[in-house]
Amino acid sequence: MAMSQTRVAPKRGDEHDVEYAVSVRDVSKNYGDVEALKDLSLDFPRGQLTSILGPSGCGKTTLLKIIAGLLSPTSGEVEVNGKAVTGPGPDRAFVFQDFALLPWASVIRNVAFGLELRGVARSERESIAQKYIQNVGLGGFENSFPHELSGGMRQRVGLARALSVDAQVLLMDEPFSAVDEQTRRKFQEDLLSLVQQESRTFIFVTHSIEEAVYVSDQIAILLPRPSRVSEIIKPTGIRNKGTDDIRRDPEYLDIVDRIWASLRSYVE
Amino acid sequence: MKVLGYQLPGMSSLILWGLLWEIVGRLGVTFFIPPLSEVFQTLFSIIGTPVFLKAISETAYAFVAGVTSAIVIGVPVGILMGKSRLLDELLLPWVNIFLSAPLTALVPVLMVLFGFGMKSIIIITTLFAIWIIILNSRAGVMQINRSLVEMAHCFGASPMDAFTKVYFWAALPEILGGIRIGVIRAVKGVIIGQLLISIVGFGALFELYSANFLMGHFWAVLIVLFALAFTISEFLAYLERRVRYYASER
Ligand SMILES: Nc1ncnc2c1ncn2[C@@H]1O[C@H](COP(=O)(O)OP(=O)(O)OP(=O)(O)O)[C@@H](O)[C@H]1O
Ligand SMILES: [Mg+2]
Repeated sequence: MAMSQTRVAPKRGDEHDVEYAVSVRDVSKNYGDVEALKDLSLDFPRGQLTSILGPSGCGKTTLLKIIAGLLSPTSGEVEVNGKAVTGPGPDRAFVFQDFALLPWASVIRNVAFGLELRGVARSERESIAQKYIQNVGLGGFENSFPHELSGGMRQRVGLARALSVDAQVLLMDEPFSAVDEQTRRKFQEDLLSLVQQESRTFIFVTHSIEEAVYVSDQIAILLPRPSRVSEIIKPTGIRNKGTDDIRRDPEYLDIVDRIWASLRSYVE
Repeated sequence: MKVLGYQLPGMSSLILWGLLWEIVGRLGVTFFIPPLSEVFQTLFSIIGTPVFLKAISETAYAFVAGVTSAIVIGVPVGILMGKSRLLDELLLPWVNIFLSAPLTALVPVLMVLFGFGMKSIIIITTLFAIWIIILNSRAGVMQINRSLVEMAHCFGASPMDAFTKVYFWAALPEILGGIRIGVIRAVKGVIIGQLLISIVGFGALFELYSANFLMGHFWAVLIVLFALAFTISEFLAYLERRVRYYASER
């Protein structure tokens, strides 16, 4: 299959009122001699979930950190809600690939830590944290410490922390990489309903083609370094199917095959 | 230790060494080693005397003052060195030199500068303890997981918050480790200082006892000092273990 060099300018006739929560324009990032990203442009529609899919080391984390304001691009710029990003802000929350939990703090304090830094009173932040701890299925572990949890559970703590700060944009760096396959499927379903319930914009990094197709409104495929967006795929047809039916849908299987076809040349 | 399948309590081998000491003492091999039982008798007889209490309180005072200033100065300096490249380049060579320097050689200079008294002893104690505290605090800050720092930054931590809620706690195991070694060195510092200046605290006592060949007294005081140093070090090791659980997780 030929790869369509889709530029990301909005060109959908009936969707021209779609607003972009985040736009990345011509961003390049060099680490010394290493060109991690090169002239990468990508728009993230508000209230939708966009996956970033690509081989390991292609710059997915780098892109996410630039959007978060943790790294500054070598050139190009990022806008969040029309404002240029100069650093981290309360409109964005990050789920870290390696969890980034405070090992000396209990689960509830970790989940509430974002709110603690924002000066929310203790009783209030703990009740919010409590709600999201339940949501991610960690009820009963409020007073455990990270070292007492499994990798998957720690990842959920990081997820709950990002959810509880009520940011417009959620940046998730492989948030399900440390969970087993069953839990992963459960999480993917939960994520789908979360995207439907909450009017937030999700930016989701993953290695898994199936996962990307299952949860995304839009999939951006990155090529190996220096990375740019090679293709954007919108699995619109399967989005309003029930969570159980998606995996059996012919369109789902089609898209998975198509993505695999474009990526396989880089794996070999 | 296990003997004939019985688990003996920790340090029970000391009993054996104590017995050996007693036997050697009774045999009267040398005036230098009186029997252990005699040493303990002397110990109990002098432990309440004003001379002894004065010596111990003077030593405690110099020790606490020296260690406190080493911690109060050393920990922030170490943390700042860990965070600032410039400061690190400026100070690290000096810290390393003083860490390995034979500080005892400095004592005469300090006596000239600060007099033959408490002040010099406190400064010597501080000098013995501070370098390792600085170095460990610095190492603690430098090994902080980048992700934790980014996380704090990302969720909007002010520099003060980042310092008190992340940096300090993340470096705490190393800081405590440094303080423990520093304290052990401070014990040496305070005793060496007193011996060389020898008109204060145990320095004066040692002078008195050895000049009069009071070996029982000499050993009694020594046992007290060793026991104190050991207790302090064990207590700090206990504190360290309490935060150890997260040291490997950062
Ligand atoms: N701090 C850094 N210094 C130098 N090079 C870096 C740094 N961070 C990342 N890189 C390089 O930039 C490239 C992109 O890294 P990045 O972490 O963004 O990849 P990734 O797509 O997230 O990979 P993975 O899927 O394995 O997490 C890699 O080749 C990496 O070697
Ligand atoms: Mg990554």
